[in-house]
Amino acid sequence: MILFILRRILYAIPIMFGVALVCFSLVHLAPGDPLVSVLPPDASAELQKQLRTLYGFDRSLPEQFFSWILRAVTGDLGTSIASSRSVTEEVFRAVKNTLILASFATLIGFFFGSLFGFVAGYFRDTFVDKLASFISVMGVSVPHYWLGMVLVIIFAAQLNWLPATGAGPGGSADWAWDWAHMRHLVLPAITMSVIPMGIIARTVRALVADTLAQEFIIGLRAMGLTDFGVFRHVVKNVAPTALAVMGLQLGYLLGGSILIETVFSWPGTGFLLNSAIFQRDLPLLQGTILVLAIFFVLLNVLVDILQSTLDPRITRQ
Amino acid sequence: MSQDAIIEIKDLEVVFGSGSAAVRAVNGVSLCVERGQTVALIGESGSGKSVTLRSLLRLHAPKRTSIKGSIRVAGHDVLSLSSSALSDFRGEVCSMIFQEPLLALDPVYSVGDQIIESIQRHKGCSRAEANKKALALFERVKIPSPERRLAAYPHEMSGGMRQRAMIALALACDPQVLLADEPTTALDATVQIQILLLLRELQKTLGLSIVFVTHDIGAAVEVADRIAVMYAGQIVEEGDVRTIMRAPRHPYTKALLQSRAHGSLDRGQRLATIPGAPPDLAKLPPGCAFAPRCAYAQDACREGTIALVSLGESHGARCRRTDVTHLPHTESVEA
Ligand SMILES: Nc1ncnc2c1ncn2[C@@H]1O[C@H](COP(=O)(O)OP(=O)(O)O)[C@@H](O)[C@H]1O
Ligand SMILES: [Mg+2]
Repeated sequence: MILFILRRILYAIPIMFGVALVCFSLVHLAPGDPLVSVLPPDASAELQKQLRTLYGFDRSLPEQFFSWILRAVTGDLGTSIASSRSVTEEVFRAVKNTLILASFATLIGFFFGSLFGFVAGYFRDTFVDKLASFISVMGVSVPHYWLGMVLVIIFAAQLNWLPATGAGPGGSADWAWDWAHMRHLVLPAITMSVIPMGIIARTVRALVADTLAQEFIIGLRAMGLTDFGVFRHVVKNVAPTALAVMGLQLGYLLGGSILIETVFSWPGTGFLLNSAIFQRDLPLLQGTILVLAIFFVLLNVLVDILQSTLDPRITRQ
Repeated sequence: MSQDAIIEIKDLEVVFGSGSAAVRAVNGVSLCVERGQTVALIGESGSGKSVTLRSLLRLHAPKRTSIKGSIRVAGHDVLSLSSSALSDFRGEVCSMIFQEPLLALDPVYSVGDQIIESIQRHKGCSRAEANKKALALFERVKIPSPERRLAAYPHEMSGGMRQRAMIALALACDPQVLLADEPTTALDATVQIQILLLLRELQKTLGLSIVFVTHDIGAAVEVADRIAVMYAGQIVEEGDVRTIMRAPRHPYTKALLQSRAHGSLDRGQRLATIPGAPPDLAKLPPGCAFAPRCAYAQDACREGTIALVSLGESHGARCRRTDVTHLPHTESVEA
């Protein structure tokens, strides 16, 4: 088992290197001058050259890539052009905020998605199934920024129950586990949970229906298990795939929440990416993308390991 | 019939679906099994053997199945048990082994866990006790290195081992009745014989009553005391093994035995050498369902319902032409 985990992690290293290469190339192949946002419009050629040397943009791309990756391995992702702060610090603070938001959203989505999925799978082709399927299709197809704005209008603007934006009192970007911060989480987490909920509900419904149609269900009934006893077996059969889908959803949400984080001004990675793109802050942009990509790779490894411990049919060789 | 019947099926009818698409899978089956007896249910595939067998545990989805008639197993009126009494009955009084244990066992639970779960469910004992019992069961069904095998998952075992494990699971709560649905069909010839011998031995030592479904006459002869032949959802002939093998009186039984004697003698061979095809169960003809394929059929065979004709102490055939079907068989088939 330990060997299996080690091997999975070793496999992930070349993938991470490839990921780093791709995100570096994408950022540098995009047109536009990264210094345009920090330079005054009338900057002298002398000043431009000086700054270019300072940020290392005067060297060849392979040179830039290798010095970037070597420093990245030691945890140094360079300095943000716009804020002059360490990219590593900026990214990890944002990652922490996004991780909190995405985890809550995934948990909420997993809970309701599994609930709807099980109900729909058990009562297939009945009214309950249609209702649960309708809700989950809505979850996948409703525009999330729109849903976010509707929630803000109702619960923040009209009822004034919850704050509309930010991650803490007074727009602070530093998270703490108290109600003052938690109440900022409610609306964005619910908005974001709609995506994994829909996908998990559909997956679980299909898995449950598939499991219930198998012969071993008759075998379990024949040995005298009650409906609840059979249900436990269904859960264990469905769990590995459902958890894997949940893990991947968490991965998508870690980087894919630009719209929701922007609507709620949530100081996470999406928000950070958004500002990095608009300010052409190359070090920040490539650092954020790299960290997110590595998270995604590691999450895949984790899902793999989790799935193989839960499902005996996946070999550990 | 006998006083000591442990299974008594009367006029069982099973219909799947409704309206014009209704499949009449079982049409008036009556069958008695005495305590300690093994009855083989034979017939072509699609003749309603599995459906009959599953009715004994009421395993059909209640919503789309209509079951009529009566079934008594070891004093329980199966068709009117409440759902909790039914789940107590299953596995404890009467249990079942399936054709393909790879499909009939839960793939994500180890075989041992499934046996332990069954024991704990019915006997309410501790896990350690259940584990000890499971180990003893594995020894009883002659699984080598039982301790290690208990921890194995179904896909990690060979076909023969899996079927032994399935038998151990079925016997976990000391049932009186064992239902076996083609337990050897999916196995190689040599393994088939081992499993048949094991079943016969278990039947003797545990005093089990067994209903053994097969389309392999050789297997039926090997394990059974009596044979009931099914065609289109009816038992068309019933008698002890010797009588059925030596002096079959229903033309279908005769054809079945002939197809076996003429063709290759492979075990598990499909009995498909009778001319014509079995009838569509959604559109059964009036009269005898075998008439369209029967060499003895007359016009009278194609109307009304065909009654069971008693041909001896425990021999009967559902046929209007039994007066001619006894004429000596051209083939000598040994029992
Ligand atoms: N759950 C079901 N729904 C509809 N038809 C079924 C069902 N189970 C069995 N049948 C039909 O009943 C007939 C008898 O099936 P079965 O008892 O499995 O035959 P066999 O004698 O080969 O075991 C077949 O025509 C089959 O298609
Ligand atoms: Mg069958």
